[in-house]
Amino acid sequence: METQNYNLICGIEIHVELRTASKMFCGCVNDPFGAQKPNIYTCPVCLGMPGALPVANKKAIEWTIRIGHALGCEINLFSKFDRKHYFYPDLPKGYQISQYDQPLCVNGLVKTEFGDVRITRIHLEEDTGKLVHQEVNGEKVSLVDFNRSSVPLVEIVTEPDIHSPQQAKAYAKKIHQIIRALHVSDADMEKGSMRLEANISMQGIGDREQGILPQYKVEVKNLNSFRFVEKAIQYEMKRQAELLEKNETPKQETRGWNEAKQHTFPQRSKESAEDYRYFPDPDLPPMRFTREYVEQLKKDLPELPEATIERWQKEFGIKENDAKILADDIEHKTVLDVLWSTAKDRHVDTAKLASLLVNKKIIVDFGISTYIEEALTAMEVLSSTMTIANDVLIAAINEVIAANPKAVVDYKARKTAVIGFFIGAVSKKLGKVDSNQVRNAVQEMLR
Amino acid sequence: MLLDLSLSELAKGLREHRFSSVDLVNECYDQIEKLNGTLNALITIIPKEEALASAQKADKELTPDASPLFGLPYVLKDSYVTKGIKTTAASNVLKDFIPQFDATVYTKLQQSGAILIGKANMDAWGHGASAENSDFGPVKNPWDDTRVSGGSTGGCAVAIATRMCAFAIGEDTGGSIRNPSAWCGTTGLKVTYGRVSRFGCIAYASSFDTVGPMAKLAEDCAIVLQAIAGVDPFDASSSPQPVEIYNDQLKSRKKLRIGIAKETLQEGVDTEIVTAVELAKETFKSMGHEIIELSMPLLDFGVAVYYQIAPSETSSNLARYDGVRFGGGRDLFTDENKRRIMIGTYALSTGYADKFYHNAQKARTLFIKEYEKAFSKCDVLLLPVTPFHAPRLGELINEPLKNALADRFTTTQNPVGIPSLALPAGFSSEGLPIGVQLTGPMFSEHILFQLAQQFQEKTDYHQRKPKGIE
Amino acid sequence: MQTVTADITAHIAHLANLPLTPDQIEKYAPQLNSVLEYTQQASMLSTDGVAETSQVTGLENILREDVVERSRMFTQEEALSNAHRTHNGYFVVPALLQE
Repeated sequence: METQNYNLICGIEIHVELRTASKMFCGCVNDPFGAQKPNIYTCPVCLGMPGALPVANKKAIEWTIRIGHALGCEINLFSKFDRKHYFYPDLPKGYQISQYDQPLCVNGLVKTEFGDVRITRIHLEEDTGKLVHQEVNGEKVSLVDFNRSSVPLVEIVTEPDIHSPQQAKAYAKKIHQIIRALHVSDADMEKGSMRLEANISMQGIGDREQGILPQYKVEVKNLNSFRFVEKAIQYEMKRQAELLEKNETPKQETRGWNEAKQHTFPQRSKESAEDYRYFPDPDLPPMRFTREYVEQLKKDLPELPEATIERWQKEFGIKENDAKILADDIEHKTVLDVLWSTAKDRHVDTAKLASLLVNKKIIVDFGISTYIEEALTAMEVLSSTMTIANDVLIAAINEVIAANPKAVVDYKARKTAVIGFFIGAVSKKLGKVDSNQVRNAVQEMLR
Repeated sequence: MLLDLSLSELAKGLREHRFSSVDLVNECYDQIEKLNGTLNALITIIPKEEALASAQKADKELTPDASPLFGLPYVLKDSYVTKGIKTTAASNVLKDFIPQFDATVYTKLQQSGAILIGKANMDAWGHGASAENSDFGPVKNPWDDTRVSGGSTGGCAVAIATRMCAFAIGEDTGGSIRNPSAWCGTTGLKVTYGRVSRFGCIAYASSFDTVGPMAKLAEDCAIVLQAIAGVDPFDASSSPQPVEIYNDQLKSRKKLRIGIAKETLQEGVDTEIVTAVELAKETFKSMGHEIIELSMPLLDFGVAVYYQIAPSETSSNLARYDGVRFGGGRDLFTDENKRRIMIGTYALSTGYADKFYHNAQKARTLFIKEYEKAFSKCDVLLLPVTPFHAPRLGELINEPLKNALADRFTTTQNPVGIPSLALPAGFSSEGLPIGVQLTGPMFSEHILFQLAQQFQEKTDYHQRKPKGIE
Repeated sequence: MQTVTADITAHIAHLANLPLTPDQIEKYAPQLNSVLEYTQQASMLSTDGVAETSQVTGLENILREDVVERSRMFTQEEALSNAHRTHNGYFVVPALLQE
């Protein structure tokens, strides 16, 4: 394997669309995925009309700071918006309002089971419109919809601390979980409200010892599932290592992931010449925060998944794995908390209850107000069925034995296949039964 | 002519029923019919029936406590978006553009009851000091129609000088209100940055652009500014500072210190213009104001710094004109537009940004300090508006540098944000108007009005009219 | 200062998305050069250690609440009303290479 001679050097950029009610720089509805028609959520500002001026959304700024806190960042007490220039039909003003040298958050840290990932910066910007490629009257054209134009977009950039595809996946999952816990975005990768890009290069083992960094970087875009991130990085590692083995330097370029063909492919760059000509946006006064304000936002953070998992283990004795799975369901965190407390008060085994929920032995509709009673009753029924069943089961088996003496003879003659007959016969009497339970009972009784 | 009257006299006359809004509107259209063909001041003229209908309505609805602008006809520079009314910025890029929304300044004037009668010609996108660089033909000077009106807001100054309107709204990025005011013999104010909302003002250079009043005299400008000033939730750069009651301040006769920087009267400035400034100085002195001589060496770098920052911002502001959502393609920009876009693109690009854009933004800080220093010694500065008289048509076209130098005295106020009022202060031997300007600290408009009002009580330059305006 | 050559002019025009003919490039290059050279006077100012000013208002934290302003929003028809080419509620542009 060529990759053995190289180490992966990878940084990840994650874009998250915030689900504020209105857009980043205007009062238009922020619901690009819910829009029934194109170009129905626009105004002079997000259409980039002559003379229109942006005004920044306070909540989007606060939410970005929240994300910064959740990812262990320092919050810059002074921050501003800058214009980033390039031409593309989905970018109405010919520039994107973004943040260049003074982003809202810097220097964070995210722990994964495969190692720590440092966060370089988190900044706030506006999303572009959306392009649809289509044929109209036999002519190939591109159609532009500005419903998404100027939706608040947060970009989270890491240091090149990711050293395996598994770590990349774990990092992405963790960010996804935290963003969802903060209630600031749907972070739906399929729809595109969370988007991933990986900057990938390979460093020779020898270079690493001498501290020589790779002279190139391949950016892979459009990674819209956790699995794709892992696979794309695996693919790139192999592709780049093969080139390096031949003493070729991989081309610095942007590539996409093709799921059908299971490979990355070069993408045409949006701008053939990248020179963004950043400068501070004169239309938007800068932001200055007091330490108290920033600290208050930190205090107001909801409990993050890691803390929830730990607390559920400690307070309710829930098994770590079950806690992890259940804590992932951010929408139901609060109802689960109430459920655990109630169960604990009534001396119900919360660990068992959690396992039953995880294994779908109990299915509860958390949407209804009586969910607690429903869950606890379901658990009671399940538990009682299992204990009482033993008496009922023995009686049933005795009936089967009495009616089928030959089967008993067969069984004793080591024709063990006859056990299936017993299971079937008992099922006929009692309905659906646990076959293992029947098997054990029959074996015990006929020993 | 009725429109020779000041705005307060017009407002009074309407209330006393000595004449009607219909009379005023009719007078405007007579002038437009007579002169717009030659002078080319207006790009779009509101159909006369519509304006008359508004005037009739105003005559019926006029109440004593209505805005002083109620029923008065006015003109907007064609850089303000007006819903349903063609807005071009004098560029072929927008020659068919019908905005779907209104500029805040237009909304405010509509609310005051003033009557819009036209959209004025200008240098396309504000790029120019002569109003020749228009895709709708050059604006000509009413005092000598072989000469330019000045720019970029030339059409507005001409419309006022020729009584096509009672007042106008211009836009000043580096002299665009003051320069044509000087060359057409009218009064115009570049306001403090942020005093008037820029929402709906087609951007030239966002951190320099100001929306300001133009009229016959300072008192008129004060009345118009009162109607349009104030914070706007749609413009984050508009100032929440309370607006002065300008009319109350006009009457103040406080003795002030008027500074004159020697750099503004040196070589390269027409001697008749120097004389006009000297005369104005004597006039102010005779009123009891103190004259302070000072030195502001940095002013000489004004144009250089301006021509690094303004094009940088305009290269960005004009990036939205891609022909997708409105307007035509980028090939439709004029030569001057393309030059400024390219200069700005260069000044911002990798490898040059530090030397050009960033260095200029630092120089801007020095300008702020230079003015702060001057205003520690005086209350207001008196200086020329332009270094030379209105040039002949064609002289400035394709002479980007000479065009730039026309702005020599008007480009340092915008980077600093301070207000400056241009007012008529004499005539050349050939009968061309000469203007001077009064520059004050941030939000000192009331002081500028005060001084200009005193000056205009003592002089009659602002009352003179070009030949044939009767 | 580096002279603004025709090549640089062409590069700048490309960055600025201005379609220029070779003739125009030849015409503009010396003009840009003279203006840029003139503006280089500004480098005579001693700006070492001086902070940049990009806004003069001194305003900070001018933000809007997260409120939908329906009255400012365009109908689809209004949004498209100035476009040269539309299709089914979309703006239309020449085909961009599909990625």
